[in-house]
Amino acid sequence: MRAAIAGDEAAYRMLLADLSRALRGIVLRGFAGVGVPREDVEDLVQDALLAIHLKRHTWDKSMPLGPWVLAITRNKMIDDLRRRGRRPEIPVDLSEFEIEGEDQQASIDAHDVVRVLKGLPDKSREIVQAISIDGHSARDVAERLGMTEVAVRVALHRSLKTLAETYQEKKA
Amino acid sequence: MKTDDLIKALAADAKSVEPPIGRTLAIAVAVGALMSLVYFLSVHGPRPDFPEVAMTSGRFVFKFVLTLSVTIPAFLLVSGMSRPDFSAGNRLWWLALAPALLIAAILFELSNVPADTWHARMIGNNSFACMTIIPLMSLAPFAAVIYALKSGAPANPTVAGAVGGLLSAGIAATLYASHCTDDSPLFVALWYPMGFVLMTALGALIGSRLLRW
Repeated sequence: MRAAIAGDEAAYRMLLADLSRALRGIVLRGFAGVGVPREDVEDLVQDALLAIHLKRHTWDKSMPLGPWVLAITRNKMIDDLRRRGRRPEIPVDLSEFEIEGEDQQASIDAHDVVRVLKGLPDKSREIVQAISIDGHSARDVAERLGMTEVAVRVALHRSLKTLAETYQEKKA
Repeated sequence: MKTDDLIKALAADAKSVEPPIGRTLAIAVAVGALMSLVYFLSVHGPRPDFPEVAMTSGRFVFKFVLTLSVTIPAFLLVSGMSRPDFSAGNRLWWLALAPALLIAAILFELSNVPADTWHARMIGNNSFACMTIIPLMSLAPFAAVIYALKSGAPANPTVAGAVGGLLSAGIAATLYASHCTDDSPLFVALWYPMGFVLMTALGALIGSRLLRW
């Protein structure tokens, strides 16, 4: 995470991949006991990843990363359960925080984000899709669309914020 | 969208990180307090005998001890509450310091001044100013704290907003205390808390609406 906060994309990508596996395990176990459908787990994982990304400046570098990640995930799970009208009590055990998790859901689409992507302005959607689904770099996308790299990065960041806000509205 | 695709997008956005939340909050509070200070000095200002009473009057000095005993713990708590993994726990007791000091001061006053002056000391001459100027001077620090908390990720937005409101009132009351000529703890106990309660309630209300993430 330290490298990621310093802007190292490759290190950050590896960290997020590891975290997503760990989160999937935690969310699966946390939700299994309260009867949340399995296909909703991936929505929550993505919601938590977005929050981890957009709020990473609230992690105190002198503290271990695990409890901070768990606090965010727990918060998102409680919000989600509250929305479903269940009693928001999820025990999240620190010992559950392990990098090796269940990976079978990584390829499942989270339905809400698809809907959200459709709601973005055309250009933003094109940028997000080019970078995420097609795996292009910001520089390539900038060249292709005739924009500056900075403009592409700004549009990408805004789009990610919009994605996170849409999860919020869904909760309201 | 698949999670792996989302991760690619997030990684491409690696360089967008905001400044550390602790710094954002400290700067915001400083700017908000400074704005109230400029307003205070240009409109109200400290009372004319300020240098003298600051040296000689224990009651006058106690007002600052009291307001700072709210402001400093509130700031430390809000700094923690801006992070998702913070749990106040026993530290919430810090907020009991000011009420405890106030009760002690009231008992001291009641046992040291004649009973027939209690009423006049309590009502004082500045009650209206006290009730209006403290909330008014809270506004800039309040807006600053809420703005900073919005960049944070408070585990409990309502409580974080409430303590933020308390902090803003503490800053305002510290400034106002140097203007007000009523120094009796009886006056302070009756009128000062109104601004604190108002700003704390406003903070809780706005926090629960605006500080979700």
